[in-house]
Amino acid sequence: MTAPALTVRDSATMLRRNLRRAVRYPSLTLIVAAVPIVFLLLFVFVLGGTLGAGLGGPSGGRAEYVAYVIPGILLLAIAGGAQGTAIGVAMDMTEGIIARFRTMSISRTAVLTGHVVGAVVQTMVGLAVVLAVALLVGFRPDASLVEWLAATGVLVLVAVALSWLSVAMGLATKTVEAASNLPMPLALLPFFGSGFVPVESMPAGLRWFAEHQPFTPLIETLRGLLTGTAIGSSAVLSVVWCAAIAGAGYLWARRNYERRPAR
Amino acid sequence: MSTEAISVRGLRKSFGPKRVLDDLDLTVAEGTVFALLGPNGAGKTTTVDILSTLTPPDAGEVRVAGHDLAGDPRGVRSAIAVTGQFSAVDGLLTGAENLRLMADLHHLDRREGRRRAAELLERFDLVDAAGQVPATYSGGMRRRLDLAMGLMGDPRVVFLDEPTTGLDPRSRRAMWDVVRGLLADGVTILLTTQYLEEADQLADRIGVLDSGRLVAEGTADELKRMVPGGHVRLQFAAATPLADAARVLDVPVADAAALVLDVPSDGSVAALRSLLARLDAARVDVAGLTVHTPDLDDVFLALTGRATPEEVPS
Repeated sequence: MTAPALTVRDSATMLRRNLRRAVRYPSLTLIVAAVPIVFLLLFVFVLGGTLGAGLGGPSGGRAEYVAYVIPGILLLAIAGGAQGTAIGVAMDMTEGIIARFRTMSISRTAVLTGHVVGAVVQTMVGLAVVLAVALLVGFRPDASLVEWLAATGVLVLVAVALSWLSVAMGLATKTVEAASNLPMPLALLPFFGSGFVPVESMPAGLRWFAEHQPFTPLIETLRGLLTGTAIGSSAVLSVVWCAAIAGAGYLWARRNYERRPAR
Repeated sequence: MSTEAISVRGLRKSFGPKRVLDDLDLTVAEGTVFALLGPNGAGKTTTVDILSTLTPPDAGEVRVAGHDLAGDPRGVRSAIAVTGQFSAVDGLLTGAENLRLMADLHHLDRREGRRRAAELLERFDLVDAAGQVPATYSGGMRRRLDLAMGLMGDPRVVFLDEPTTGLDPRSRRAMWDVVRGLLADGVTILLTTQYLEEADQLADRIGVLDSGRLVAEGTADELKRMVPGGHVRLQFAAATPLADAARVLDVPVADAAALVLDVPSDGSVAALRSLLARLDAARVDVAGLTVHTPDLDDVFLALTGRATPEEVPS
């Protein structure tokens, strides 16, 4: 078999392993989905009435806020998934099984790719659950089939980018605890962007940050695709940000995998 | 193709300011067991990590199973298996699934992989535990599963890093049997251990590692002969030949009642021959003779200037 074919085969083996672990021990996946659902319910039912009124839209109130907050919640779910991925990778490191893989004649990227693809699958399942709850609490997207596909594409793109980053983080940390803390800022970024309130309502410095950080164009793109708001340059920015994060995460992960001392 | 399974020349490795390996030379012949014996921090694990491609060396030439470590790490990896101090098994998969994962990664087809997994479970006495996750295993079972996983790829060279540290005596003996079984299959084994008895039991050759250098190397017997403390005990039938021998050999009689005489000696054949020649020349009758060589504990103390590592808390 040729080298690329072996890489694909090894990656598939590693993916099967990670999915089997995820299916057998679903608690981590469930927690990943549960946190954004809790935030969704909190923001819609506790804060939604007031926040929705502040949006200044035609209908106002809770119903309008549901539509507004969903993209942020979805990204929150992906960020939470990244945390789970980093934990999984760090567990592999501390168990020593990554060291075993490194002493075997298997493709170097296969172990990492297996984790990334597994994380993306897990995250998409989590997102489907979150979206189902969103529909139950009154989310009514007006997206066409093409827009749905595009939105799914954006979510996959974000999941891939954050998964590479979180795999690198999991490899970089020495303990499982540290691995669970390192991706934490990712889960905060939707709040410091246009995820929960419009950036126009923020003070100048914070607003500047919110307008220029990667989650804002992602949120704006999803919002536009799902509920028909203006997208503008956000789509291009989203793709560029995701490519940059994925690339940086990939290189960082490769470097950690090769250079990390044995144990 | 040389008959050296492992050859190491001038291996150096430092972690920051700490020099862990200092110009290490090492040769292991194919199909033999070589034991690296040393206390904690001597550089045993670092040596295994470098030879198994986990840690890059700072300097030195290493060949494993005919592959150059620097030029062909993939070749090295395809020929080796490593069992570390900490069992590298997937804690969330069952024993059988762990083995099948290895089969997949070695690109065995499905049927062959299952057959090999069943065979290894049988060989390592894990059949009953095959369907359980390693969390339920004893230390010895985990270690056996770990080794079984390594053997899925039919390695030519197996690295065993302290394979019995922390195991109870029964599990330790079971592990020794496994190692002997591997040797019978023609596998070359590099073993690290803190236990002198283990090196004595298993190894064809032993290298004593201290502060990143080999301070001695040889068979267990050769090492024992290198240190003072060995003697030949001569047994006599009566008091007269005992007194004669003591005079001829110029050795004080320590225990006249037991009719024995202890003569300092390295226990080598040459020394024995010359000893017996002197007694023969003086026409002294010797009833019996036993050679007492120092055990590896003495060797360790003499070579490293420290107590045996078993007394060092790990």
